[in-house]
Amino acid sequence: MISYTFDNTLDGLLTAVFEAFALHEQPEQLLSAGDQIPLFCDRNYQVVTDEEKAGRVWKGLEKRLPKEVIRMLYVSWLSELPELNNALFHYICKVFRQPEGAPGIERNFADPDVLAVTNIARKVLHEQLRMKQFIRFQKAKDGTYLAVVAPDHNVLPLITDHFRDRFNDQPWLIYDAKRHYGYYYEGSGVPARITFADESAITFSLSDGRLDDDVLSSEDHLLQELWRTYFKAICIRERMNPRKQLNDMPRRYWKYITEKQEPRRNS
Amino acid sequence: MLSDLTLEKLRILTESAKYDVSCSSSGTVRKGKQGMVGNTVGGIGICHSFADDGRCISLLKIMLTNYCMYDCAYCVNRRSNDIKRATLSVSELEEITIEFYRRNYIEGLFLSSGVVRNPDYTMERLTAIVRDLRLVHRFNGYIHLKAIPGASQELLSEAGRYADRMSVNIEIPREESLKLLAPEKDHRSVFQPMKLIQQGVIENKEDRQRYRHAPRFVPAGQSTQMIVGATKDSDRDILTMSSMLYNQPSMRRVYYSGYVSVNTFDSRLPVLKQPPLVRENRLYQADWLLRFYHFKVEEIVDDMHPNLDLDIDPKLSWALRHPEAFPVDINTADYEMLLRVPGIGNKSAWLIANSRRFNRLTSFDLKKMGVVMKKAKYFITCHELASAFDQTSVIGINELRPERLRPLLITNEQKKLAEAEKQLSFDFEP
Repeated sequence: MISYTFDNTLDGLLTAVFEAFALHEQPEQLLSAGDQIPLFCDRNYQVVTDEEKAGRVWKGLEKRLPKEVIRMLYVSWLSELPELNNALFHYICKVFRQPEGAPGIERNFADPDVLAVTNIARKVLHEQLRMKQFIRFQKAKDGTYLAVVAPDHNVLPLITDHFRDRFNDQPWLIYDAKRHYGYYYEGSGVPARITFADESAITFSLSDGRLDDDVLSSEDHLLQELWRTYFKAICIRERMNPRKQLNDMPRRYWKYITEKQEPRRNS
Repeated sequence: MLSDLTLEKLRILTESAKYDVSCSSSGTVRKGKQGMVGNTVGGIGICHSFADDGRCISLLKIMLTNYCMYDCAYCVNRRSNDIKRATLSVSELEEITIEFYRRNYIEGLFLSSGVVRNPDYTMERLTAIVRDLRLVHRFNGYIHLKAIPGASQELLSEAGRYADRMSVNIEIPREESLKLLAPEKDHRSVFQPMKLIQQGVIENKEDRQRYRHAPRFVPAGQSTQMIVGATKDSDRDILTMSSMLYNQPSMRRVYYSGYVSVNTFDSRLPVLKQPPLVRENRLYQADWLLRFYHFKVEEIVDDMHPNLDLDIDPKLSWALRHPEAFPVDINTADYEMLLRVPGIGNKSAWLIANSRRFNRLTSFDLKKMGVVMKKAKYFITCHELASAFDQTSVIGINELRPERLRPLLITNEQKKLAEAEKQLSFDFEP
């Protein structure tokens, strides 16, 4: 059995595909750096990430696959799931091994790799939708709207376009507390990726996403209270269904959701 | 300006508005515009939260006022009901909407109102608010506006230029029953505004073909709702009405609302401790069959079966009544037929139709794709070498007979819920 080891980047994975074809072999397993090499492995090849090789593979994919499928592959990569590596690697190899003119493998969902990648991409898209649903902004004194999230998959790059389109006249910051980076939009232009050099000095809490009292805008107390009131009033008590609520709004999102947070002490 | 007094008003007016079940923010895609706040996403819409009753919160669903001059027995805001009344000022309502929207709490506004003085007066105030939101506050999010029956055509067509969706509720599918519960209303008063809105939509479509930039009129179409369980109307009455409505070009959604006893005693209404939730659920399933599964209403309910089966879903129910249509061969059957197999939904039917061109599918593949094999296995044949070992795959609906298959497909939990609800309906007989 042959195995390849790569550095856990998309470019690395694409380079691995390039090497497999350059060396005329099909490795059974793609390991990420630091993984234990399996017992019955004849040979392990260390892939050195090369942007040019990766770019050539990506271009080749763009030639062979429809646009939606290319996007699907990119989306699946954002999942950051370890089980994606092998499936995506084999999927891409299969695309290049296909004879010219054969029906596109991307529609054969009986193929385990195609199905796995498709399902993972679907999961990421679901998470992305949930961010659009559950992001809650608070307004700071300087007029910036802040939201803190901790999504399971790295979906921030997928949602910035939506929020830029929707709130194009207000400056906002969406911060991923798990991956320690965020996107800041000034009120015009393109959202920029930012990180804080010193996370302990920032004016909001990463554990519940709340802005510190001295930077929160004055009307926000009342507005958050109004929203909580609305949230309680809209429920029909005769139809209580906490199970459905949990299904659609799992508890892991609650800590950043305004209506599920306790009101502030001093308001 | 918003103050603590607004809190109480918001609470009262939300409680008055919450029995209207329409919640969707779908049906229209509108990009954000420079100098305006908001966009609409179309597709499946975005639900921003889920209340403790599991219903989604997408729009700020609120009434401008809950004073009402009508006395409809099924409505919480009826004139003779002793509840707290309130009215929001226009500026309060607009500010709440914009501020909620900017914090990503909501997709937009669902505005309704009790009828005060006369329909035209009420409709005019509603129209003024949506006009203000669009022109003064530059609000570009979703607006769902109730059309007040009896309002003039001019007002409706002005409101329609600002709203994304408009709705008039039928509430009761048969006119006799409606007359009984709401003597001041009839079907004509509901269908009249519906027709006006539809006319506007059709004319607007023609205009836009001629002038690409003609302003859109109610781009997300209309919706309506029917109350379930407040009268003796059968599911057949309800679904026939729905299917008739869906045949109109501008009708996008019919909602079903299980009746909640909102009022003090009224002998015309059933006494229900619990709203008929299972029945409501079955109606929605039937509604989906009409809209996405190419079913006709006569196939779901007929003279023999005027009501939906509470124990099993309407698609399974159809399948059990039509054993001659099965087994369906997964590898050759039409897409339409795949959709009719219990346990195969839209998504898996699409996956199957794509994949079977590459190789013959086995039950293992189907399971992987998300087909509910527990149900589907009785209704299909597929490429199966293992059938000699796996006995279950050859025993289908025709070997078992529908009457013996039926109990196998009902889970205990479903049965318990359905039983509880059948008990309820005993109280109904007057």
